[in-house]
Amino acid sequence: MGSITLKNVSKVFGEAKVIPSIDLDITDGEFVVFVGPSGCGKSTLLRLIAGLEDVSGGNILIDGKDVTAAAPAERGLAMVFQSYALYPHMSVRNNIAFPLKMAKADKAVIDKKVADAARVLNLTDYLERRPSQLSGGQRQRVAIGRAIVREPSAFLFDEPLSNLDAALRGTMRLEISDLHHQLKTTMVYVTHDQVEAMTMADKIVVLNRGNIEQVGSPLDLYRNPRNLFVAGFIGSPRMNFIEGTYAQSKGARTAGIRPEHLGLSKDSGVWTGTVKVAEHLGADTFLHLDVDGIGQITARCDGEFGAQYGDRVHLTPDETKLHRFDDKGIALKA
Amino acid sequence: MARAVTTRHKITATVFAWLVALLIFFPILYTLITSIKTEPEAIAGFSLIPSGTFENYITVQTQRDYLKPFMNSVIISVGSTILALIIAIPAAWAMAFSPTRRTKDILMWMLSTKMMPAVAVLVPIYLMFRDFGLLDSRIGLTVMLMLINLPIVVWMLYTYFREIPGEILEAARMDGAGLWQEIVYVLTPMAVPGIASTLLLNIILAWNESFWTIRLTTTNAAPLTAFIASFSSPQGLFWAKLSAASTMAIAPILILGWFSQKQLVRGLTFGAVK
Repeated sequence: MGSITLKNVSKVFGEAKVIPSIDLDITDGEFVVFVGPSGCGKSTLLRLIAGLEDVSGGNILIDGKDVTAAAPAERGLAMVFQSYALYPHMSVRNNIAFPLKMAKADKAVIDKKVADAARVLNLTDYLERRPSQLSGGQRQRVAIGRAIVREPSAFLFDEPLSNLDAALRGTMRLEISDLHHQLKTTMVYVTHDQVEAMTMADKIVVLNRGNIEQVGSPLDLYRNPRNLFVAGFIGSPRMNFIEGTYAQSKGARTAGIRPEHLGLSKDSGVWTGTVKVAEHLGADTFLHLDVDGIGQITARCDGEFGAQYGDRVHLTPDETKLHRFDDKGIALKA
Repeated sequence: MARAVTTRHKITATVFAWLVALLIFFPILYTLITSIKTEPEAIAGFSLIPSGTFENYITVQTQRDYLKPFMNSVIISVGSTILALIIAIPAAWAMAFSPTRRTKDILMWMLSTKMMPAVAVLVPIYLMFRDFGLLDSRIGLTVMLMLINLPIVVWMLYTYFREIPGEILEAARMDGAGLWQEIVYVLTPMAVPGIASTLLLNIILAWNESFWTIRLTTTNAAPLTAFIASFSSPQGLFWAKLSAASTMAIAPILILGWFSQKQLVRGLTFGAVK
């Protein structure tokens, strides 16, 4: 079991209100991702759940039990840190066994659990090595191994992939998702990378300046962003925001259209623009355009479209996918 | 051309370094030389050529027992160091990993006690030692030296601990380690190099401490510093014998220092260069 409830949780560091007040429900078995720009309080929120920081106000409940004042070890959670935080003086075996030793488990039990974890994580051949003799990906797997042997009620991940190179990050992303399917344990995952959030989460919590902007499934946030912040943060390349007469004609202060919802043509369209930069990714091309009467627009088109710097192209926005926002940046219902 | 200049620079620097090293080492060297002179030679004036007698070492050993003060020195310096570490490790841990706004002030205050001239508190400390029956006792001296060196031990350990990533200790906390388990199984093993150099330096400091060791002991607990001093008073000055006694007193620590110089240099410069 691993449901986590935050009630009115706040955190103040000196004068700075890092988290004004947050309410959140995480149900058992869910993969929840906290995402937001740096300094938005997502790591602090995770550390409050872990018990590594004390809350300034409010309550934290795990499986209905108030753990606000409980020490980290008493909360039954396991954490994977950004820097891996392995014990450098211990072998991989002892690193993974450490939580079990602290829990005074039998030697036979420890050996079996360590062997099981090592097999799941492909670490069997490395058990006698020191962390310094492992690659970044292997270190991350040891950190995960150390977390799973405890059989925690929930896993906490604090930007676990940000120290890895891009290729390895993709692989580890799949491994963590796979692990979640196998274990079916609650996972709370902090990242600033919206791609990680979109690909892994059951539920995304978008944070900004210590406040929750929106909570929802990845596609829910993509399709129905509640405000300008979420609209701009979720989706890559980010949504185009258009103000002025075009937005007013749609009855909004700001209109938003995603780069993938713009039809491109060399012959005709609603808007006409000049290509400033063309980023060719192979399958796709991102065009950064200067559109007449509209402004800077990013459009996504097929890799074979073949636009170059200086070309004049025509765009047609898919108005069924148009987002509209009011003066306060809140989304208007269709 | 450029190469010639570098070589010349290197030679100049090497010669200069040797000169400075020799200058620093010279008093010890002169003690060694004097210790193998005869007494008339020793008072005759500056001379670097001894007659090479070992008479003084034999006299020193037969006149006074070397072993007893040697053992006292070992017990007092090692004992006070271990005691200091037991107190300083948790103290430095607290200051390094849960600092408050006043932590820096406390550290500065601790260091400031080292700036006070020891003689300023000679009388009260002497009286306390007398009243508690600690005069000329190894326990009294061990506690005294521990207290004297404690600020430096805390400072050194604090600097080391600051270099240890806090996330590793947090990981231990998440893994269910209590306060002591965290210190014993995680922090201490990771800080072993730092603790080792702190230990070595403190043993050397305690071994060489002479203000309190001479004033608070007479015979029973007298360490080697008092042993040297005892050659300077009763029957006038015997420079050669005094030098022999000094050589015998500093030899053990010099040997220890020689073999652990790598640790010591690392210890003293640790944290200075990132």
